Amino acid sequence: MVLLQISEPGQSPEPHQRRRAVGIDLGTTNSLVATVRSGTPETLLDNEQQHLLPSVVHYGDAGDVTVGRLAYDQSSDDPLNTLISVKRFMGRGIEDIKTLGSQLPYEMIASDSGMPNFKTVAGAISPVAASAEILKVLVGRAEQALDGALDGAVITVPAYFDEAQRQATKDAATLAGVKVLRLLNEPTAAAVAYGLDQGGEGVIAVYDLGGGTFDISILRLSHGVFEVLSTGGDSALGGDDFDRAVAQWIAEQAGLEDNLDPSQQRKLLIEARKAKESLSECQQVELTVAGWSGVLERQQLDALIDPLIDKTLRACKRALRDAALKPEDVVNVVMVGGSTRTLRVRDKVTKAFGREPLVNIDPDRVVAIGAALQADVLVGNKSGDDMLLLDVIPLSLGLETMGGLMEKIIHRNTTIPVAKAQDFTTFKDGQTAMSIHVLQGERELISDCRSLARFELRGIPPMVAGAAKIRVSFQVDADGLLNVSAKELASGIEAHIEVKPSYGLNDEDVTRMLKESYTHARDDMQVRALREQQVDADRMYEDLAAALKEDGRKLLNDNEFHCLEVALKDLDEVRHSENHREIARHIEMVAKTSEEFAARRMNASIQRALAGHSLDEVEKDV
Amino acid sequence: MDFTSNYFELFGLPQSYHVDLKLLADRYHGMQREFHPDRYAGKPAQEQRLAVQYAAVINQAYSQLSSPLLRAQYLLSLQNIDDAGDTKITRDPQFLMQQIELREKLADLSDADDAFTALEEVADAVESEYIELQTVFDQQYSQSRLQEAMETVAKMQFFNKLLIEVEQLEHELDDK
Repeated sequence: MVLLQISEPGQSPEPHQRRRAVGIDLGTTNSLVATVRSGTPETLLDNEQQHLLPSVVHYGDAGDVTVGRLAYDQSSDDPLNTLISVKRFMGRGIEDIKTLGSQLPYEMIASDSGMPNFKTVAGAISPVAASAEILKVLVGRAEQALDGALDGAVITVPAYFDEAQRQATKDAATLAGVKVLRLLNEPTAAAVAYGLDQGGEGVIAVYDLGGGTFDISILRLSHGVFEVLSTGGDSALGGDDFDRAVAQWIAEQAGLEDNLDPSQQRKLLIEARKAKESLSECQQVELTVAGWSGVLERQQLDALIDPLIDKTLRACKRALRDAALKPEDVVNVVMVGGSTRTLRVRDKVTKAFGREPLVNIDPDRVVAIGAALQADVLVGNKSGDDMLLLDVIPLSLGLETMGGLMEKIIHRNTTIPVAKAQDFTTFKDGQTAMSIHVLQGERELISDCRSLARFELRGIPPMVAGAAKIRVSFQVDADGLLNVSAKELASGIEAHIEVKPSYGLNDEDVTRMLKESYTHARDDMQVRALREQQVDADRMYEDLAAALKEDGRKLLNDNEFHCLEVALKDLDEVRHSENHREIARHIEMVAKTSEEFAARRMNASIQRALAGHSLDEVEKDV
Repeated sequence: MDFTSNYFELFGLPQSYHVDLKLLADRYHGMQREFHPDRYAGKPAQEQRLAVQYAAVINQAYSQLSSPLLRAQYLLSLQNIDDAGDTKITRDPQFLMQQIELREKLADLSDADDAFTALEEVADAVESEYIELQTVFDQQYSQSRLQEAMETVAKMQFFNKLLIEVEQLEHELDDK
């Protein structure tokens, strides 16, 4: 017999409401969305029972946008309006694109933001906008499956993505109207999926070869803490390059001219990819292209792609060395990304690490699954006590100094979040301004590094050269995104910049694009804004009420306590109203009023944590 | 408490050059479990900001204490000694000769028949000198011979730099 449950008086019988959170793998070739249901992570299917959404966006001349398989089907008939491998363009400048341009058929045009746009019948389309279309489809799929609006998403990025690429990804999410809980590195996500699955401990190497990017990450898993020790890779190397190598071989064999038109190029690449995939099953495959027919043997394929695989293995060696480890220290090798299905890749990785890699989770889905697990923790569905991710920045961050040299402030493989400051001085007598040029990369010359942002500190009081002391502070948050500020210490003059790399979108761009995309859906936007504010208000109310109950009397005097109680009561009164501005205003007010309380609570936790040390010291002595 | 006062106190470890790295890592993980921004994802914005700052301090403290060189420098800085040792060290002719020799060996490496093996030899030599210096520092510091300890730190800096160069050379050889 089932017993009815009755709650104690005063205690809310309302069960903890599950929040809707997803993990999104926004891939070069395919994208997926996953969520945790009844404790089990699963990738979500579309109406045709497919997990994978091809990362392809087609723009029609009637202003229609299609995403996925239908878009892919148009890629050879309408190549210029069918955007494929958009991820390769994310956060890239016109210079970077030139190297990609010869391989892809698009016509690129410059834009105000510095990020090149695709020229399509629907006008200039930025890579960020195209990515947002893909995200919208995935979010729609998730909202249908979970029966309601999402509370947030974890979106994965290649570990080797630089600042500009990360920012572009976040912009795409903003444009798609998704709340980003965290940008998570793909290899870390895969390690989470495997780590929690196997309950293993020790050093894990994640070898992630996708369509357009390669990542290697070395992690140590101990008691649920995933600590990334080092990471490396190549953000422009992937399975697409295998296809191109094969396509080039076919073109040579068939005596095709170099100047194929975009449609022929696309057909050739599709043919090449099919051949590559078949060779994972068979020893040889027959080809017919433009009147030529011939045979491609597995051995020939291996010879074509070996130089590319070797490049990935060199990155593996380097990552191990950065982590001060040897191949035999690795207890598990995890394979991620569709391109690890290529047999030659598996063979060579097995040899390099001296052990068979793990492939029992579908390499296409493992990243989304890991992201879903993390999203579930971040959104508060799981206590999270059993899992923590400590990630690193993939590339060093620094400043330009005299002589066009890069001075590193934060070195690569430093655990995030991180804050570092360095002092600089003036070069000339009476110098009143200083130009600050933020860079990312490992090389010494700034011309070999990526320029992230420039800003100026003005109003330095005139002094002799070398007398001023300018402190430049870098802060990288848990998403790997950078903030830089500069301050002249004597005068207190300050300048600050949230590093929105030259290739990203500025806030105005985002606002404008949001407006454009919502012109026909104004109500929709309002509803979303209201819903978001309500969720925030509810959360804040619950958190603060709980905090007051727990620590209020301990940490606040009567007056402070009373003020917070009043603010909280006001918030409670408006939080279910329909006025999103009013709710926002109250949220801000409560946040301000409770700032000091929050700081005291944090300090109290530190004290507790410290007390914990002495406790187990005692235990140790016993 | 002042969160930045002393990294040893932060991790509840005795203030000494000798650090139990395993225990340090455990404590570090424990602190991050408490303060990492992921723990504050659903919390109000100001708590999130604080968490980012605290977690950054904890990361900084951990990297400072887990590196042999940074730990030595940190101990000296707690005694109000900054690294002004460089100028003194250059007067030690024996040390300078050794540095020059090692650097020459590194420079000639690329032409060697078996560059990797040659590089490994240099790396091993540098590594063992570096470890030896750590032992020396430990003794000097525990006996409060701080001036000498400072010189040792300066020497460690030289070797640390050499190790970085060895690593870079390794990368270059890899890419050949």
